[in-house]
Amino acid sequence: MGLIPFLLVAVIAVGAALGLVIKKNPIHGALFLVVNLGSIAVLYQSLGAEFLAWAQVIVYAGAIMVLFVFAIMVLIPGKEETGPDPRRRTRLLATPFAVALLLLLLGFLVTAGPPAPAGTGAAATGNGVERLATILFTDYLLPFEVTSILLLAAMVGVLVLARRRTS
Amino acid sequence: MAPDSAYVILSAILFTIGVVGVVIRRNPLVVFMSIELMLNAANLALVAFGHRAGTVDAQALVLFVMAVAAAEVAVGLAIIVAIFRVRRRLSVDDLSLMRW
Repeated sequence: MGLIPFLLVAVIAVGAALGLVIKKNPIHGALFLVVNLGSIAVLYQSLGAEFLAWAQVIVYAGAIMVLFVFAIMVLIPGKEETGPDPRRRTRLLATPFAVALLLLLLGFLVTAGPPAPAGTGAAATGNGVERLATILFTDYLLPFEVTSILLLAAMVGVLVLARRRTS
Repeated sequence: MAPDSAYVILSAILFTIGVVGVVIRRNPLVVFMSIELMLNAANLALVAFGHRAGTVDAQALVLFVMAVAAAEVAVGLAIIVAIFRVRRRLSVDDLSLMRW
Protein backbone atom coordinates (compact mmCIF):
# COMPACT_ATOMS: atom_id res chain seq x y z
CA MET A 1 0.00 0.00 0.00
CA GLY A 2 1.31 3.41 -0.89
CA LEU A 3 2.03 5.94 1.78
CA ILE A 4 -0.81 8.32 0.90
CA PRO A 5 -3.61 5.65 0.95
CA PHE A 6 -2.15 4.26 4.16
CA LEU A 7 -2.21 7.66 5.82
CA LEU A 8 -5.79 8.19 4.64
CA VAL A 9 -6.96 4.87 6.11
CA ALA A 10 -4.92 5.45 9.28
CA VAL A 11 -6.53 8.87 9.81
CA ILE A 12 -9.98 7.32 9.34
CA ALA A 13 -9.13 4.57 11.84
CA VAL A 14 -7.81 6.96 14.48
CA GLY A 15 -10.68 9.40 13.95
CA ALA A 16 -13.25 6.64 14.34
CA ALA A 17 -11.52 5.37 17.47
CA LEU A 18 -11.56 8.89 18.94
CA GLY A 19 -15.24 9.16 18.00
CA LEU A 20 -15.95 5.96 19.93
CA VAL A 21 -14.25 7.32 23.04
CA ILE A 22 -15.59 10.89 22.83
CA LYS A 23 -19.21 10.55 21.67
CA LYS A 24 -21.73 10.33 24.49
CA ASN A 25 -24.29 8.15 22.75
CA PRO A 26 -23.22 4.48 22.71
CA ILE A 27 -25.02 3.89 19.39
CA HIS A 28 -22.79 6.50 17.76
CA GLY A 29 -19.83 4.83 19.43
CA ALA A 30 -20.84 1.46 17.99
CA LEU A 31 -21.11 2.90 14.47
CA PHE A 32 -17.72 4.59 14.85
CA LEU A 33 -16.30 1.24 15.92
CA VAL A 34 -17.71 -0.36 12.75
CA VAL A 35 -15.84 2.26 10.69
CA ASN A 36 -12.68 1.58 12.67
CA LEU A 37 -12.96 -2.18 12.19
CA GLY A 38 -13.57 -1.73 8.47
CA SER A 39 -10.50 0.45 8.05
CA ILE A 40 -8.43 -2.12 9.93
CA ALA A 41 -9.77 -4.74 7.50
CA VAL A 42 -8.43 -2.57 4.66
CA LEU A 43 -5.05 -2.51 6.38
CA TYR A 44 -5.11 -6.32 6.73
CA GLN A 45 -5.78 -6.55 3.01
CA SER A 46 -2.84 -4.28 2.26
CA LEU A 47 -0.60 -6.48 4.45
CA GLY A 48 -1.44 -9.53 2.36
CA ALA A 49 -3.86 -11.05 4.89
CA GLU A 50 -6.87 -11.40 2.60
CA PHE A 51 -8.64 -14.03 4.68
CA LEU A 52 -8.27 -12.00 7.86
CA ALA A 53 -9.59 -8.90 6.11
CA TRP A 54 -12.82 -10.63 5.19
CA ALA A 55 -13.07 -12.49 8.49
CA GLN A 56 -12.73 -9.08 10.13
CA VAL A 57 -15.60 -7.67 8.08
CA ILE A 58 -17.85 -10.69 8.63
CA VAL A 59 -17.05 -11.59 12.23
CA TYR A 60 -16.29 -8.19 13.75
CA ALA A 61 -18.10 -5.58 11.71
CA GLY A 62 -20.92 -8.02 11.05
CA ALA A 63 -21.62 -10.41 13.89
CA ILE A 64 -20.00 -8.78 16.92
CA MET A 65 -21.20 -5.27 16.18
CA VAL A 66 -24.75 -6.50 15.54
CA LEU A 67 -24.57 -8.08 18.98
CA PHE A 68 -23.39 -4.77 20.45
CA VAL A 69 -26.08 -2.71 18.74
CA PHE A 70 -28.66 -5.23 19.82
CA ALA A 71 -27.49 -5.04 23.44
CA ILE A 72 -27.51 -1.23 23.32
CA MET A 73 -31.04 -1.25 21.97
CA VAL A 74 -32.18 -3.68 24.67
CA LEU A 75 -30.57 -1.80 27.53
CA ILE A 76 -31.36 1.74 26.25
CA PRO A 77 -28.53 3.34 28.18
CA GLY A 78 -28.50 6.41 25.94
CA LYS A 79 -29.13 8.85 28.76
CA GLU A 80 -26.82 7.30 31.30
CA GLU A 81 -23.82 9.54 30.83
CA THR A 82 -25.58 12.86 30.49
CA GLY A 83 -25.18 13.85 34.13
CA PRO A 84 -22.00 15.50 35.39
CA ASP A 85 -19.25 13.07 36.13
CA PRO A 86 -18.67 12.89 39.91
CA ARG A 87 -15.14 11.65 39.34
CA ARG A 88 -14.14 13.99 36.56
CA ARG A 89 -10.90 15.07 38.16
CA THR A 90 -9.79 11.48 38.70
CA ARG A 91 -10.62 10.60 35.12
CA LEU A 92 -8.72 13.60 33.73
CA LEU A 93 -5.65 12.03 35.32
CA ALA A 94 -5.93 9.46 32.55
CA THR A 95 -4.50 11.92 30.02
CA PRO A 96 -0.87 12.07 31.21
CA PHE A 97 -0.87 8.35 31.78
CA ALA A 98 -2.22 7.76 28.28
CA VAL A 99 0.56 9.88 26.80
CA ALA A 100 3.11 7.97 28.86
CA LEU A 101 1.65 4.65 27.70
CA LEU A 102 1.70 5.78 24.08
CA LEU A 103 5.37 6.80 24.30
CA LEU A 104 6.20 3.51 26.03
CA LEU A 105 4.40 1.48 23.37
CA LEU A 106 6.01 3.42 20.54
CA GLY A 107 9.47 3.07 22.04
CA PHE A 108 8.98 -0.62 22.58
CA LEU A 109 7.06 -1.69 19.50
CA VAL A 110 9.08 0.16 16.88
CA THR A 111 12.25 -1.54 17.96
CA ALA A 112 10.59 -4.90 18.72
CA GLY A 113 9.34 -7.54 16.36
CA PRO A 114 11.02 -9.99 14.09
CA PRO A 115 13.78 -8.92 11.75
CA ALA A 116 13.01 -8.90 8.07
CA PRO A 117 14.10 -12.19 6.52
CA ALA A 118 17.15 -12.06 4.35
CA GLY A 119 16.36 -12.34 0.67
CA THR A 120 12.87 -13.07 -0.69
CA GLY A 121 12.61 -16.74 0.28
CA ALA A 122 9.76 -16.80 2.79
CA ALA A 123 7.14 -14.59 1.20
CA ALA A 124 7.01 -16.12 -2.25
CA THR A 125 5.40 -19.56 -1.78
CA GLY A 126 1.75 -19.76 -2.82
CA ASN A 127 -1.05 -17.35 -2.00
CA GLY A 128 -1.82 -16.17 1.49
CA VAL A 129 -5.16 -17.90 2.04
CA GLU A 130 -3.76 -21.25 0.96
CA ARG A 131 -0.76 -20.94 3.28
CA LEU A 132 -2.98 -19.88 6.16
CA ALA A 133 -5.32 -22.83 5.62
CA THR A 134 -2.42 -25.26 5.44
CA ILE A 135 -0.86 -24.03 8.66
CA LEU A 136 -4.23 -23.82 10.42
CA PHE A 137 -5.09 -27.45 9.75
CA THR A 138 -1.63 -28.89 10.37
CA ASP A 139 0.46 -27.01 12.94
CA TYR A 140 -2.48 -25.30 14.64
CA LEU A 141 -5.04 -28.10 14.44
CA LEU A 142 -5.34 -28.61 18.19
CA PRO A 143 -5.82 -24.90 19.03
CA PHE A 144 -8.35 -24.76 16.21
CA GLU A 145 -10.42 -27.56 17.74
CA VAL A 146 -10.07 -26.06 21.23
CA THR A 147 -11.47 -22.83 19.79
CA SER A 148 -14.63 -24.63 18.76
CA ILE A 149 -14.99 -26.01 22.29
CA LEU A 150 -14.49 -22.49 23.62
CA LEU A 151 -17.26 -21.15 21.40
CA LEU A 152 -19.59 -23.96 22.51
CA ALA A 153 -18.78 -23.25 26.17
CA ALA A 154 -19.42 -19.53 25.61
CA MET A 155 -22.76 -20.30 24.00
CA VAL A 156 -23.88 -22.50 26.90
CA GLY A 157 -22.60 -19.94 29.40
CA VAL A 158 -24.54 -17.14 27.74
CA LEU A 159 -27.72 -19.20 27.82
CA VAL A 160 -27.24 -19.83 31.53
CA LEU A 161 -26.43 -16.17 32.28
CA ALA A 162 -29.29 -14.73 30.25
CA ARG A 163 -31.92 -17.11 31.56
CA ARG A 164 -34.63 -15.43 33.61
CA ARG A 165 -34.67 -16.91 37.06
CA THR A 166 -38.15 -18.16 37.82
CA SER A 167 -37.79 -18.91 41.52
CA MET B 1 5.24 2.01 0.27
CA ALA B 2 4.14 2.32 3.86
CA PRO B 3 6.70 0.50 6.03
CA ASP B 4 5.59 -2.15 8.51
CA SER B 5 6.60 0.12 11.38
CA ALA B 6 3.93 2.60 10.26
CA TYR B 7 1.32 -0.08 10.89
CA VAL B 8 2.85 -0.76 14.29
CA ILE B 9 2.76 2.94 15.19
CA LEU B 10 -0.91 3.09 14.17
CA SER B 11 -1.54 0.02 16.31
CA ALA B 12 0.08 1.70 19.34
CA ILE B 13 -2.08 4.81 18.83
CA LEU B 14 -5.28 2.76 18.56
CA PHE B 15 -4.35 0.73 21.63
CA THR B 16 -3.79 3.88 23.65
CA ILE B 17 -7.14 5.30 22.56
CA GLY B 18 -8.74 2.02 23.66
CA VAL B 19 -7.07 2.25 27.08
CA VAL B 20 -8.30 5.83 27.47
CA GLY B 21 -11.81 4.69 26.55
CA VAL B 22 -11.74 1.95 29.17
CA VAL B 23 -10.52 4.37 31.83
CA ILE B 24 -12.66 7.47 31.23
CA ARG B 25 -16.02 6.13 30.06
CA ARG B 26 -18.75 5.16 32.50
CA ASN B 27 -21.01 3.12 30.25
CA PRO B 28 -19.96 -0.54 30.45
CA LEU B 29 -20.97 -1.07 26.81
CA VAL B 30 -18.59 1.66 25.64
CA VAL B 31 -15.90 0.22 27.91
CA PHE B 32 -16.48 -3.10 26.22
CA MET B 33 -16.18 -1.58 22.75
CA SER B 34 -12.94 0.07 23.79
CA ILE B 35 -11.64 -3.35 24.77
CA GLU B 36 -12.50 -4.54 21.26
CA LEU B 37 -10.50 -1.59 19.96
CA MET B 38 -7.48 -2.70 22.00
CA LEU B 39 -7.82 -6.28 20.74
CA ASN B 40 -7.89 -5.02 17.18
CA ALA B 41 -4.84 -2.83 17.72
CA ALA B 42 -2.94 -5.86 19.02
CA ASN B 43 -4.11 -7.88 16.02
CA LEU B 44 -2.91 -5.19 13.65
CA ALA B 45 0.54 -5.21 15.23
CA LEU B 46 0.62 -9.02 14.97
CA VAL B 47 -0.28 -8.98 11.28
CA ALA B 48 2.30 -6.26 10.59
CA PHE B 49 5.04 -8.24 12.35
CA GLY B 50 3.97 -11.40 10.53
CA HIS B 51 4.16 -9.52 7.25
CA ARG B 52 7.67 -8.39 8.08
CA ALA B 53 8.75 -11.91 9.02
CA GLY B 54 7.16 -13.36 5.88
CA THR B 55 5.16 -16.06 7.70
CA VAL B 56 1.43 -16.69 8.17
CA ASP B 57 1.73 -17.90 11.79
CA ALA B 58 0.71 -14.48 13.03
CA GLN B 59 -2.42 -14.62 10.90
CA ALA B 60 -3.40 -17.95 12.46
CA LEU B 61 -2.90 -16.37 15.89
CA VAL B 62 -5.07 -13.40 14.92
CA LEU B 63 -7.79 -15.80 13.83
CA PHE B 64 -7.77 -17.37 17.30
CA VAL B 65 -7.86 -13.93 18.90
CA MET B 66 -10.96 -13.16 16.84
CA ALA B 67 -12.67 -16.35 18.03
CA VAL B 68 -11.80 -15.60 21.65
CA ALA B 69 -13.04 -12.02 21.20
CA ALA B 70 -16.35 -13.31 19.86
CA ALA B 71 -16.79 -15.59 22.87
CA GLU B 72 -15.76 -12.76 25.19
CA VAL B 73 -18.29 -10.35 23.70
CA ALA B 74 -21.10 -12.88 23.99
CA VAL B 75 -20.37 -13.70 27.64
CA GLY B 76 -19.64 -10.08 28.57
CA LEU B 77 -22.84 -8.74 27.08
CA ALA B 78 -24.80 -11.48 28.85
CA ILE B 79 -23.20 -10.41 32.14
CA ILE B 80 -24.04 -6.75 31.45
CA VAL B 81 -27.64 -7.67 30.67
CA ALA B 82 -27.82 -9.73 33.87
CA ILE B 83 -26.45 -6.81 35.91
CA PHE B 84 -28.89 -4.41 34.25
CA ARG B 85 -31.75 -6.74 35.10
CA VAL B 86 -30.87 -6.57 38.79
CA ARG B 87 -29.81 -2.92 39.16
CA ARG B 88 -31.89 -1.21 36.44
CA ARG B 89 -29.08 1.19 35.56
CA LEU B 90 -25.68 0.96 33.94
CA SER B 91 -22.57 2.65 35.23
CA VAL B 92 -19.22 1.12 35.96
CA ASP B 93 -18.99 3.28 39.09
CA ASP B 94 -21.83 1.27 40.59
CA LEU B 95 -20.07 -2.00 40.01
CA SER B 96 -17.24 -1.68 42.50
CA LEU B 97 -18.21 -4.89 44.28
CA MET B 98 -18.12 -8.38 42.85
CA ARG B 99 -21.55 -9.06 44.30
CA TRP B 100 -24.92 -7.40 44.46
